[in-house]
Amino acid sequence: MNAVLRSVGGDAIAVAGKDLRLEARSRVAMNQVLPFVLAVVLLFGFALDPDSGVLRRATPGLFWVTVLFAAILLIQRSFAVEQHNGVADALRLSGMHPAGIFLGKAGSLAVQLVAVELLMAGCAVVFYDVRLRGPLLLMVSAAAATIAIAAAGAVYGPLAAGLAVRETALPLLLVPVLAPVLLSSTRAFQIALGDAVGGGWPWAGMLGIVAALYVTLGVAVWGPLMEET
Amino acid sequence: MTDLAASADQQQRETTSTSSRGTRILGVVTVVSMAILLMFTFGITSPDAQLGESIRIMYVHVPTISLTYVLMILNAVCGVWYLAKRSEFADLLAHAAGELAVLFLGFSIVSGALWGRITWGAYWVWDARLTTTALLFLLYVGYLAVRSVPAEPQARGTRSAVVGIAAALLIPVVHKSVDWWSSLHQQRTLFGTLDPKIGGTQLFTLMFSFVAFGFLAAWLLIHRFRVAWLAERVADRELDAAIAQRREEAQR
Repeated sequence: MNAVLRSVGGDAIAVAGKDLRLEARSRVAMNQVLPFVLAVVLLFGFALDPDSGVLRRATPGLFWVTVLFAAILLIQRSFAVEQHNGVADALRLSGMHPAGIFLGKAGSLAVQLVAVELLMAGCAVVFYDVRLRGPLLLMVSAAAATIAIAAAGAVYGPLAAGLAVRETALPLLLVPVLAPVLLSSTRAFQIALGDAVGGGWPWAGMLGIVAALYVTLGVAVWGPLMEET
Repeated sequence: MTDLAASADQQQRETTSTSSRGTRILGVVTVVSMAILLMFTFGITSPDAQLGESIRIMYVHVPTISLTYVLMILNAVCGVWYLAKRSEFADLLAHAAGELAVLFLGFSIVSGALWGRITWGAYWVWDARLTTTALLFLLYVGYLAVRSVPAEPQARGTRSAVVGIAAALLIPVVHKSVDWWSSLHQQRTLFGTLDPKIGGTQLFTLMFSFVAFGFLAAWLLIHRFRVAWLAERVADRELDAAIAQRREEAQR
């Protein structure tokens, strides 16, 4: 059992390292996704009157909607590169544990999402006049939400990549699946930032449950999914 | 008619028809129970003291949303079954259940919107239950979209099984949303507490609506499954014919 876990962990680190090296060399996230996030932040500023306080109150929702948009781009990119040069076949034939590949893909997506969230947080402070409070609740709920988005993305990414209509299928499939994450993380952020009353930890707990569910689902179905896509 | 001809005729009917003696009886029972439900809904039950005439919408709304959950769970169970055993039966049953779930959820959303117009003064409010239900609807539209993309049966079955299982994870969120968020949607009418909030003919009509819509769902499910099964057999025959044609061409 320990040997299997070590093998899965090693495979996950190898796959995550491969994806992050690929990203570091191509700089697609750096040159395209992060500027896209910045553009969305500025557009929200124009769309919602910044002087009325609406923008500041809407920040938790805007934060996670923007992260979701960026996640779709990152997931599409992460699995599109494997459609070329037989990378998907190579992974299938590599002898790596399917759960290890899934965890590696989810891990690399999570790292990239953290970069997006840090940029969004900086923008929220600078452009939306948000004061960060409740840092522990913010960090725990953001971590759980990031794991949930990355895990769901790593399940739906290869699924959509195998379809002839992959560009339009991924958003249609992924956005409703991530609705509980969006609702819970927005609520936890509202409470942490003092825009809503109530306990924020149950929302962080729910995010943890959703993250655990999607990670379990990915570990369970990645094998058959990899065979068929 | 000779035995051989009778057997060929029987085989022809089996492969081109979705009906059987059992489904014809079930169809008649469905029509009769729907007629009884209509009679109770509009003729026998009286308006509610609080909800007024709008309570009649509940006799469609509550059973359709409940059966939607049942169909979605059936879809997810068949998905797990398919991934474990690669059973074509499970894949096609999941397809039939998913399609009917979208139909019943559509009925439920429309009837809920009508009830909302009367009770809240708007067809749609940004309420947690309504929003999560709309997202659930979109999840299963996505499921049907994945199924409709041309692919090898095994690849299509695997992908749609994963989407169906993941979609079912949202059901508890929708179901508990009225408790978790301060929702405008009324609390559960049945099973919310030990005592149901309605009684008499209203309670009977509501319970009977489950039976009538249950028959309808079962009848539609069987027929939809058989249509999918026959479509697969037609595809198999076309494939066999195409292979035979290529062999003939190769031998010439």
